[in-house]
Amino acid sequence: MDGLIIRGKPIISGSANGIALVSSEPLSFWGGYDWKSGEITDRRHPLSGSNAKGKILAIPFARGSSTTTAVLLEAIRAQTAPVAIITTATDFFFALAFIVADELYTQPLPLVAVSKSDFAHLQTGDQIEIDDQGIITVLR
Amino acid sequence: MTLLLTDKDREMLRGEHGAATKMAMSILVRMAEVANAEKLIDITGAHIDSTVYIGDAGLEFAERLASLGAKVSVPTTLNVSGLDEHHWQEWAVPSEWARQAHRQMIAYQSMGTIPTWTCAPYQTETRPSFGQQIAWGESNAIVFANSVLGARTERYPDLFDICCAITGRVPNIGLHITENRAGELLLNVKEIPENLQLSDDFYPVLGHFIGKTAHDQIPVIDGMCIVPGEDQLKALGAASASSGAVALFHMIGVTPEAPTLESAFQGKQPQETITVTMDMLCESRRELTHTDSENLDIVVLGSPHFSLAEFKGLAPLVAGRKKHPNVKFLVTSSRAMTQLAKQAGFLAPLEAFGAQLTVDTCILTTPMLPPEMKYLMTNSAKFAYYTPGLLGRKIAFGSLKDCVNSAIEGKIVRDETLWMD
Repeated sequence: MDGLIIRGKPIISGSANGIALVSSEPLSFWGGYDWKSGEITDRRHPLSGSNAKGKILAIPFARGSSTTTAVLLEAIRAQTAPVAIITTATDFFFALAFIVADELYTQPLPLVAVSKSDFAHLQTGDQIEIDDQGIITVLR
Repeated sequence: MTLLLTDKDREMLRGEHGAATKMAMSILVRMAEVANAEKLIDITGAHIDSTVYIGDAGLEFAERLASLGAKVSVPTTLNVSGLDEHHWQEWAVPSEWARQAHRQMIAYQSMGTIPTWTCAPYQTETRPSFGQQIAWGESNAIVFANSVLGARTERYPDLFDICCAITGRVPNIGLHITENRAGELLLNVKEIPENLQLSDDFYPVLGHFIGKTAHDQIPVIDGMCIVPGEDQLKALGAASASSGAVALFHMIGVTPEAPTLESAFQGKQPQETITVTMDMLCESRRELTHTDSENLDIVVLGSPHFSLAEFKGLAPLVAGRKKHPNVKFLVTSSRAMTQLAKQAGFLAPLEAFGAQLTVDTCILTTPMLPPEMKYLMTNSAKFAYYTPGLLGRKIAFGSLKDCVNSAIEGKIVRDETLWMD
């Protein structure tokens, strides 16, 4: 089995493991993520139709609407959210949803930023483990 | 980097200014640490996007703060809510949704805010001025405040905007700092003919293109042969903040931080230069239409919320005419703009045309459209961008005139003259 270890920066520390869902296109959760099911519903996005519930979602950053945070918080409460998110830069929108979820529901989810070149190694379907130091182990 | 807090920041964090302020400050401090901020700074105003009702989690957050006695410490306007408070029963809004959305309105209103209920707070009396530090939510309002007014705000997400309003503080990061406001990507539109630059649909189409092209760069538009009005800049900004994450653009000779190329780039070289072609814009315009059919059930205008000037522009286009009986014609706006338009006599021709008005909210933030309305048309790139994903409906994009003509014909008709190569 091929393996790969990426040292990311933990924006919100936590551990998670799951199957990766990866796109180099940014995503707005408002109008792009159905928090009742976890389906990606932005019909212009390459991941349209995929379900991110329980997955590790890897996208460069959150696009567009400032309601992304609220939608992600609903998904966390409804247990339809990804178990972790990997981005290429510190994403304010995702970080906030995770901080508020921690405040309201004491439910810490990891958010990790990696370099653009490391991000390019990630593929949909990879089995990924994230630890609380931001180290990402990719198994495929 | 360590975050430096003042004595008052620490008091808020310890709960000496109340439990709500403590909760707001602890979220603020964690976010400031995430963002690597060195310090917090004062703001003079806030605009709250968290008013948009999504579901129970957002409502719980609002009611938690309200029940802890939250009060804003700076003048604070409210974004659209999930409900037209007085007219929702005329549409398909389920009463359970209305009840929950209304609870959220009450929660934010109880915090000492100004109940403007609009996504265009720059059309209100509390419009910020050049150089003011503010905390605004709502992507179109953010890009307008930064670009057109020269006020300074980061892209504040829902739930955070209210924390800033309560504490009166924000992390000193990003667009609050002068050197982070320099242009990065140069877009030249000199090849685009003047008659297209004069047309209202040029701006949402250009904005849609810029949003997709700019990624995280600050775009600078050069080569304009006319000076666009506020509503055109509003349409451009809203489009670029929908298809992308644009929070600030400069337009040479038009926006306040861009009297010259040199000032827009703060003396630096552009990272990248793109000459915008008609091909690029035609492609961008095509992307805004998400239907192959000429069917039409409803025309929707007013994203961002219709301004007084837009009412004034629409009135003569519909005067003495009548929409097709099978098509609805909806304008979404704020209570304030609607009242002004009424006093100015702009609403009478609209009503005679058969148009309807919705205030406080819009089609994207309240489930008002009945299921039989499947085919929409709009002049807004923001409506066009979000409708397929949020509403699961077909949408066509056109100019304001196209929208009026289509409403009269009862099917989608568009004048392609300006868009021919």
